[in-house]
Amino acid sequence: MNQIPALARVFAYLSLLTVGGGMAAFPEMKELTVEVHKWLTFPQLIHLYSVGQMAPGPNMMMIVSIGEWAGGMLGAIVVLLAFFGPTALLAFIVARGWKKLEKWPWRTSIQQGLAPVSIGLLLAGCFTMAKGVMSGPTHLETGAIAVGVLLILLKYKINPALLVLAGAVIGVLSFMPK
Amino acid sequence: MNDNAAKTALQTAGAAPAIADVSIGQIFLEFLIIGATSFGGVVPYLRGSLVTKRHWVDDKEFVEMLSISQSLPGLNATNMAILVGEKLRGALGSLVAIIGICLPGAVLMYIVGHFYRIHGDHVWITAALKGVAAAAVGLILSTVVGLSEKSLAGKFDFVFMALTVLAVNRLHLGVPRTLIGVGILAILFHYPRKEKKEGAAQ
Repeated sequence: MNQIPALARVFAYLSLLTVGGGMAAFPEMKELTVEVHKWLTFPQLIHLYSVGQMAPGPNMMMIVSIGEWAGGMLGAIVVLLAFFGPTALLAFIVARGWKKLEKWPWRTSIQQGLAPVSIGLLLAGCFTMAKGVMSGPTHLETGAIAVGVLLILLKYKINPALLVLAGAVIGVLSFMPK
Repeated sequence: MNDNAAKTALQTAGAAPAIADVSIGQIFLEFLIIGATSFGGVVPYLRGSLVTKRHWVDDKEFVEMLSISQSLPGLNATNMAILVGEKLRGALGSLVAIIGICLPGAVLMYIVGHFYRIHGDHVWITAALKGVAAAAVGLILSTVVGLSEKSLAGKFDFVFMALTVLAVNRLHLGVPRTLIGVGILAILFHYPRKEKKEGAAQ
């Protein structure tokens, strides 16, 4: 079945939810790509997202992989255009108009009001993902890795991509079936 | 932010570079380099390249653009590309900037996704990915903590944050309804107070 229209629709919709960061759209992304359209499984979604954290550039490039799985090369391109097109257009319009809004008192209100909501959305996305990561018998180990990474990042200035890579090494060492 | 503002204030107004002669090719190349090298988060690389190396935007402008990027839908990285590209060369500047910053990661994830689909069920890959996913959760949490320290003011902001999490994860209201509902509530709470103008009618 041709998935291209569905890919375009889903990712254009998801892009509008990424206020504050890509993770904000994660709960909805799980619902649509896993439950509704069954393009991939929840563990696969988690894996792709996590691997994507090691890639350079904007951190949601894993959407390209979903597009490729569901619709080949065309699917990947459609997903990219759908996910980045609408928000790019919006940012462009705002870039043009923002200076004029400088005196508009609600501008600050919108920025101040959206800050806690966007952080909350990130956290909600994180919890959705954590539920998937920490299911099963190894939840203590995975939990320890997550907390470890959090503490290291809060305390030291270290490139997060390196820690995600270290997670891979720890994963091989601790989760290989004996 | 105050530090940055102070620093920019110290710089002479003449420090603004002659951005009129930045070519479309230069913009594309610069964002392509950022897109290919920005491991572990784009923002520091953007600052290093656009502010420190190229002087295309100054520090104050960078912080301003970043805060706009954060309150708009869309990723910080791509919104910044649009804003900076627009400033330098209008619509075409925006277009080449966003293509440049996305291209390397997109090609990489295309290849990675392809191999993962074929080899993803090998035991050692599954084991590695479990560790990677756990580390990614820690990374997102650190982003949440960092953003909270920077942009949450007062205990009511924490209430709005908690409400958002509850609405999505417990009440399953979905991201759009939560965003609109709690968003409007929070914006109204931060309604423009007329602190600077005296004698203004409420």
